Amino acid sequence: MSNHDHIVNHDADAHEGGMDKKRIWSVFFILLALTALEFLIALGFVHHWGILQKGMFVNVVYIILTLAKAYYIVAFFMHLKFEKSGFIICCSTVFLFIIYFIVLLLVEGEFLRDAMTHQAIFPHQ
Amino acid sequence: MSTTVSHLDKVKDGPWSGGKSPWNLEYGKIMMWFFLVSDAFTFSAFLVYYGAQKFAQPSWIDADKVFQSIPGIAESGQPLVFVGIMTFILIMSSVTMVLAVDAGHRNKKDEVVKWMLWTVLGGLCFLGCQAIEWSHLHHQGFWFGRNPATGLTEQSAIVEALQPYFTKEISYTAALQFANLFFTITGFHGLHVTIGVTLNIIVLSMTLNNTFERRGTYLMVEKVGLYWHFVDLVWVFVFTFFYLI
Repeated sequence: MSNHDHIVNHDADAHEGGMDKKRIWSVFFILLALTALEFLIALGFVHHWGILQKGMFVNVVYIILTLAKAYYIVAFFMHLKFEKSGFIICCSTVFLFIIYFIVLLLVEGEFLRDAMTHQAIFPHQ
Repeated sequence: MSTTVSHLDKVKDGPWSGGKSPWNLEYGKIMMWFFLVSDAFTFSAFLVYYGAQKFAQPSWIDADKVFQSIPGIAESGQPLVFVGIMTFILIMSSVTMVLAVDAGHRNKKDEVVKWMLWTVLGGLCFLGCQAIEWSHLHHQGFWFGRNPATGLTEQSAIVEALQPYFTKEISYTAALQFANLFFTITGFHGLHVTIGVTLNIIVLSMTLNNTFERRGTYLMVEKVGLYWHFVDLVWVFVFTFFYLI
């Protein structure tokens, strides 16, 4: 377990390389800090002090922070970072489809919003 | 006679040349990963649809005005605090799960039991919080196919029922879609948490029965751990898209 020399021996014990107690807690504190940052923005900057407005900018910040948290959970807690690169590629590239899906539905949503605000839903009534 | 081996006859020893596991992972663990990837697709579809709806509607409900109570402490005016506690509980139980997996690597049965107990406890706390959240929202009038204005006919009554939840102009459709999607997505996530807690309890009792000790490996703790972290991962996204944005 005490594999501190950063040269993780994949063939011998790929499952044990990389995560010891210290590392687990440091990942926990990173997750906690990112969540706290989200709360600081939402409750502090937006809600309490009114420095930032709800809108595109804070939403992008939230999404980046969320993806960062997701990275830490998947890479360290789920141990994906320490698996073989073939497996990492296999499990992660499929999410390109999700990105495509997001783009598709945003385009669709924009069309619908435009259609619903500017066109009568029941034109003949 | 030449002793040089021709290029074709050379024994291949790459990871994909057969004879060994190319990913160096146990079969069940790979299958758990593939299941989680497919499950991530399901959750992505739900959340992307939620985003598309929100984007398509001219007006949307203000989450800060729907979720603003801390049960037993404050009835209103405190957005995000209760869900923050829920998020903390789930992240915490994720950590205790990693610690259980870590103890499993070192074949320490007592530690595995201890950390699995904490994980189960965290999962149950989270489910309790979610039950409170659901019943609170139900009291406000939201449910599958229902929002606070459902059943009202007078225009002024509808406006009065929906006004507290909107900052921009009110929208009956938006409130309804919000209610449907909130209960569907958090319900589907809650179902995953319930299954996760059940699996954790099963693994805990298997540990207590010395099943893994006899098997010589605590790999099952790791597999259930993957599932449990996934539940936490989904919550991170649900939290962002329902409560923050």
